[in-house]
Amino acid sequence: MKRKISVTINGIPHADEVEPRLLLIHYLREVAGLTGPHIGCETSICGACTVMLDGKAVKSCTMFAVQADGRSLLTIEGLAQNGALDPLQEAFWNEHALQCGYCTPGMIMTAKQLLADNPNPTEQEIRQGLEGNLCRCTGYQHIVNAVKSAAAKAGA
Amino acid sequence: MATIITRPETKFGKRVRRQEDPRLITGTATYVDDLKMPGMHHACIVRSPHGAAKIRNISTATAAAIPGVAAIFTGADIKNLGAVPCAASLPGLRVPHHHLLAQDRVYFVGHPVAVVVATDRYLARDAAEAIEVDYEPLPAVTDPEKAIAPGAPAVHPEWPDNVAFNFHQEGGDIAQAFRDADVVIKQRITSQRLIPTAMEARGVVAEWRAGEKSLTLYSSTQIPHLLRTLVAGILGMPENLLRVITPEVGGGFGSKLNVYAEEALMAFIARQINHPVKWVESRRENFAATTHGRGHVDYFELAAKRDGTMLGLKLKLIQDLGAYHQLLTPVIPTLSVLMMPGLYRFKNVSADIVGAFTNCVPTDAYRGAGRPEATHGVERMVDRLAAELKMDPAELRLKNFVQSHEFPYNTATGLAYDSGDYAKPLQKALAQVEYTKLRQEQEEARKTGKLMGIGISTYGEICAFGPSIALPAGGWESATVKIEPTGKVTVLTGASPHGQGEETTFAQIVADELGVEMNDVLVVHGDTAVVQYGIGTFGSRGTAVGGSALYCALQSLKEKLKKFGAMLLKSDNVTLVGGQCIDEKTGKSVGFGEMAVAAYHAKQLPPDTQPGLVATHFWEPPNFTFPFGAHIVVTDVDRDTGEVAIRRYVCVDDIGKIINPLIVDGQVHGGVAQGIGQALYEEAVYDDAGQLVTGELTDYALPKAHHMPYIESSHTETPSPVNPLGVKGVGEAGTIGCSPAVVNSVVDALAPLGVKHIDMPLTPEKIWKLIQQGAHA
Repeated sequence: MKRKISVTINGIPHADEVEPRLLLIHYLREVAGLTGPHIGCETSICGACTVMLDGKAVKSCTMFAVQADGRSLLTIEGLAQNGALDPLQEAFWNEHALQCGYCTPGMIMTAKQLLADNPNPTEQEIRQGLEGNLCRCTGYQHIVNAVKSAAAKAGA
Repeated sequence: MATIITRPETKFGKRVRRQEDPRLITGTATYVDDLKMPGMHHACIVRSPHGAAKIRNISTATAAAIPGVAAIFTGADIKNLGAVPCAASLPGLRVPHHHLLAQDRVYFVGHPVAVVVATDRYLARDAAEAIEVDYEPLPAVTDPEKAIAPGAPAVHPEWPDNVAFNFHQEGGDIAQAFRDADVVIKQRITSQRLIPTAMEARGVVAEWRAGEKSLTLYSSTQIPHLLRTLVAGILGMPENLLRVITPEVGGGFGSKLNVYAEEALMAFIARQINHPVKWVESRRENFAATTHGRGHVDYFELAAKRDGTMLGLKLKLIQDLGAYHQLLTPVIPTLSVLMMPGLYRFKNVSADIVGAFTNCVPTDAYRGAGRPEATHGVERMVDRLAAELKMDPAELRLKNFVQSHEFPYNTATGLAYDSGDYAKPLQKALAQVEYTKLRQEQEEARKTGKLMGIGISTYGEICAFGPSIALPAGGWESATVKIEPTGKVTVLTGASPHGQGEETTFAQIVADELGVEMNDVLVVHGDTAVVQYGIGTFGSRGTAVGGSALYCALQSLKEKLKKFGAMLLKSDNVTLVGGQCIDEKTGKSVGFGEMAVAAYHAKQLPPDTQPGLVATHFWEPPNFTFPFGAHIVVTDVDRDTGEVAIRRYVCVDDIGKIINPLIVDGQVHGGVAQGIGQALYEEAVYDDAGQLVTGELTDYALPKAHHMPYIESSHTETPSPVNPLGVKGVGEAGTIGCSPAVVNSVVDALAPLGVKHIDMPLTPEKIWKLIQQGAHA
């Protein structure tokens, strides 16, 4: 039995009928057509599917789409404003914080949450803050540098 | 005509940020799972839950009755298709027929048994659950040493000894070396099975066009052209009617340097159902059914003189192959043998490999592919010898290095090392960590019972694969450069990068050679209908071989440009500088754009010159390249918990000339992370019944951000004479150099307790037990 849900994604209202078992990540990718968030494990370990739900970073593979009914979502596609990259996107680019790019959308969303909670994190706090997101390419060092640099710019 | 000559700043050697990143940081890149097509169906694969079993019966009726299920395929349906290919040819190699789907027997957990195709991803999974397979479980064997012992269950009943091949190689006089030795060190050293874990698992979309009888296969692969040739062979279709497209690839690390059953299956199924079909691997499938890496049990024997001169090295290598040979499975341990002498003047070596079948998923290339295993063994053995002789491990290494005046250096395993100065990175790293001071600190720490370790590894590697004689499908790489009529430059590279950043490094090379802006250069890869035949990206070859092909294509294009320049300037003496052609006598010049237009408008042509500005070059490397370096790791081991903390990680890697230091840093960091993963955390564990115990990311410990130390990375630069760019390759250096440095450091920390060796991964439990034993010894 399908259920009707209404969500706002990246500022745009969406209304769809979905199966109650549909995962939020599959709703975003296959129904809403937003393929920026990725699927890396479906067990909430890797964080590639991280999006913002009412301003909080969540792993969208461990939520049902129906649980997002009436709520507001932000995905990587909605981060740049009027063609201007978010400071974190810019920092990831400048610091070479990505290689294959698969973990990047989730990593940036988690970093966004991290800086919202703690605008001036130490290196250790950044590393701890990113522990829910796996990257197999970078060894994390450039990601840590990017978060540091975005924090420094915001504080400047 | 302008007379102002602009000489743009060269891009070679600059920290340029990547051209591929804008699409990746905005979520607008296209990976396989992002593809959507009208009428697209979804496939789900039913896999064996047993390590070994007979298939008594497969019942598909319940699944077939589910609305939306379009087709179900089992072993019988694909029986007459070709097998999953193995490109290795070793003398006497036993090659089991590797059907795309299991026939009457399964050989490992994850072995594909049936494919269900439905209109929706969820439905396909539902239907897969509804397929009933009646298995008769059989005894399994998952440990390679147990597999080759008498009485072990036979993985393939036709070969009861589980031996796929024996391989022997030697150089010098190993018997004499051991007769001359004052000291002989023997050690069993394992390099455990690892799961490559690219963040994007495998995925395939196949699209059949009935009218054209053509098939387009989208696959997350490192080798689009080889995949096309081999899948066409499996299906028995003309190669030129099969097009392979590699969209964005979310990491490979060797695990996508292969031709998998699922790739051929989806191609077959799309044709059967006459609809596009998508299969995307779940992480559980990725762990169970995508190739693993390493899987060595090595018995080393080192012969040396009392003064530290190393005379000979013997190795008995037992390779866990898994149940089948994938593309390069049996070849990988032979690379370990080639790499055995490391950076040292071992005149005498001898190696015996036993390739053992086990009821596990096949092993194959994983970052470093055979070379990390060899390096780990050699570097551990050097440390064992240093401890035995009570010599400093750095001093022992310096004493035995091949010297800088000895290049090209012929090794006892038949290689010719291209160039090197092995003491340089070690001395640089020693200075950076303040080695003497560290040793003093360690002495003090030991007095108070603290477990502090300093570990060194000085590694060499074989990179930039070819030459062709060394590779089953050729070791060259191809490049086409097209200067378009508007002066934009398009590069088609046969290498198929997937995160290594060649869209940027190649644009840097073009910018320097043609004097154009980097963002006027488009680097295209991964589409067999667009790009001339190529080999692919693996073995740190992308830039060293693919970049060299590009460089050579650019040279012929520059010659042609000069002809048009000379024609336009009406001169017979022109030079090409910064994208402009200059008349040496008059100083007059024509711009790049003017020459491009002239070449395509072709109202007038230079003598014996065709219109257009396109050049293709297939570059065959005369030799491998041999990067080298030194990694030094300082660790503190917690006596109470057995936990290892890496206090400092210093690495000095010599990878030849560096085109983009930013990208090189990233490659080193990522390589080191995978080395630390092997040294401290990761291990693919099968139980005796054949179950994959580490079947998900919840059970397999991948390093996270807070597990990683800050890596202090720097370089020495010894150009390679092998290729025109002088580069050696950096993809695997970090991984190869890392694990022995970490393990040497921890063994050094535990040395006061009498510990001489520990096998990876160095889990707190393992170390805690050693500390307990040592404390009570």
